[in-house]
Amino acid sequence: MTKTLFEKIWDSHVVLDEGNGRSLLYVDRHLVHEVTSPQAFDGLRIAKRKVRRTDLTFATMDHNVPTNNRSLPLVDQTSAMQIKTLERNCKDFGIELFDIDSPDQGIVHVIGPELGITLPGTTIVCGDSHTSTHGAFGALAFGIGTSDVEHVLATQCIWLEKPKTFEIRVEGKRKNPHAVTAKDIILSIIRKIGTAGGTGAAFEYRGEAISELSMEQRMTICNMSIEGGARAGLVAPDKKTFDYLRGRRYVPKNYDALVEYWQENLKTDSNVQFDKSFTLHADTIAPQVSWGTNPAMTVDVTGKVPFPEEYAQGSIEEEKAASKALQYMGLKPGTSITDIDLDRVFIGSCTNSRLEDLTEAARVVKGKKVSSKVRAMIVPGSQHVKRQAEELGLDRVFKDAGFEWRESGCSMCLGMNPDILSAGERCASTSNRNFEGRQGSGGRTHLVSPVMAAAAAIRGHFVDVRDLDLN
Amino acid sequence: MEPFTKIKSIVTPLDKVNVDTDQIIPKQFLKLIQKTGFGQYLFYDWRYEKDGTPRKDFVLNESRYKDSKILLTRNNFGCGSSREHAAWALLDFGFRAIISTSFADIFYNNCFKNGILAIKVSEETLQKLFENTSEIEIDLEKQIISNDGTITSFEIEPHWKKILLEGLDDIAVTLQYNDEISKYENKQRNSKIRVS
Repeated sequence: MTKTLFEKIWDSHVVLDEGNGRSLLYVDRHLVHEVTSPQAFDGLRIAKRKVRRTDLTFATMDHNVPTNNRSLPLVDQTSAMQIKTLERNCKDFGIELFDIDSPDQGIVHVIGPELGITLPGTTIVCGDSHTSTHGAFGALAFGIGTSDVEHVLATQCIWLEKPKTFEIRVEGKRKNPHAVTAKDIILSIIRKIGTAGGTGAAFEYRGEAISELSMEQRMTICNMSIEGGARAGLVAPDKKTFDYLRGRRYVPKNYDALVEYWQENLKTDSNVQFDKSFTLHADTIAPQVSWGTNPAMTVDVTGKVPFPEEYAQGSIEEEKAASKALQYMGLKPGTSITDIDLDRVFIGSCTNSRLEDLTEAARVVKGKKVSSKVRAMIVPGSQHVKRQAEELGLDRVFKDAGFEWRESGCSMCLGMNPDILSAGERCASTSNRNFEGRQGSGGRTHLVSPVMAAAAAIRGHFVDVRDLDLN
Repeated sequence: MEPFTKIKSIVTPLDKVNVDTDQIIPKQFLKLIQKTGFGQYLFYDWRYEKDGTPRKDFVLNESRYKDSKILLTRNNFGCGSSREHAAWALLDFGFRAIISTSFADIFYNNCFKNGILAIKVSEETLQKLFENTSEIEIDLEKQIISNDGTITSFEIEPHWKKILLEGLDDIAVTLQYNDEISKYENKQRNSKIRVS
């Protein structure tokens, strides 16, 4: 019987099959952070349970951490408490922690691959919906709630309904790969299939335009699977994947044997039938800008803010939602995207804070100045990314242009630390969610790629980066 | 977990599509390290003015829904962040059941893990419920919703039904399969392609 990549990983992790579509799956890697774990550890204590596999469990703190001077004590006492709680829980239960002072600290979905914790063919869970990021390595990776965090800590397993298989094909080549990025590919997909398009399914991204992406770009795509409604999104591993991971700290000693096995087995069989399929042609994709309050409310940079009825295509509920979104965003239908002025620019988050994101943004910024109307910041995804960028002199490029250069963390993607928008402030952001209040109560988020954000910082409004000389 | 058998309550209609968990419980309230006390922050930005007074135009603030245990809402409820704080906030506020046409996957799980019954109904049934938001009864054992003499049946995964009806501890259930888990681990331990 032919199988998809997803089905192969699923089948090799079944501990128990209930026979009704629901199975108990073994979890190979469990990543833990400070926000969604305290109640799980408490539950273990109350029931006098231990962590079953401390050797497969890794923790860091990323959501709450300040990104300015780390030598100062935390001002926010509730954040400080959550961070201290994770330290104590990791100590009490014997879990390896990359703490706030660790040279390995960073956003959990940036450090997993960086340290070689993420591996092809594995199952990876974390109490965070963007765990789908790790699917870029051909892993079955998905976010879980806190009750399931506790369940995995105690049993190293998780109960799952088998998702449907959903093929996303991106054919052909992008016309200008420095201007049209992985972020634009995934926003285009979400825009077409909708934010619930992948509910109950696992995506597999395929096609020439996916194969030609670097590992970091594939991570950007898989990261936003959840914004398309799918808990997981995978790319079949290839030479790029194996080369990326080779030599990283937590990669197993039997790496060569693993690569041999992965090369042979981790791919979707030919002539396989997916439950659903969607195809996009890469040469039709333009740089994307979101205008509304969910990631499907997105248009081409050359487009205009739509009229609610035009966006809704006959759905009364969607029309109401679009009207409310326009009101929240302070936008008039018919406005050209390039006429939208910005107050803030944020380059960071588990979607777009890796070295390549910063290198690409720096090409736009080099030798220029941030608009006097804009406050712009760069938040590297991890301490590793920060150090590598500094070795390349990228920090100087950004600082000379007037960007703030910060410490690593989730930062203004969700504003749990002091990095937030004020009410009414408009931000070009490389993050993944433009929900109401996401970056600060009343804040207005436009999702874009790192090059689009960088160009917007310089000009003070959105520009079509295809018009810039990026080569 | 408190078992769920039958509930009878007026329905709170939240007439919105794609309600995300950032709206259900905004980030500034995710810093608490317990599971209780989140109800006061439920739908915070929609429920309160900037000065903290309740907004008159938000449905949860209408006095007739004060004791409602059932939330009625539209397509793709609970999308976005995996934060279980969203389910804790709904439960703490008093909701034991949510009716919609669809739920986001992670949120759906989180509901059942906390004893909240998430019911998926057809577009047509949902519309009828929105048109008549009087008192309804949900009977989990029989899998029916009774609304003003109209009876609608609903589907639910058998394991979630069992967990809710009996108020079971999910982890204790899994640990009954400890032998199977150990067997899987032993097989891995001896494998040349071991990763766990």
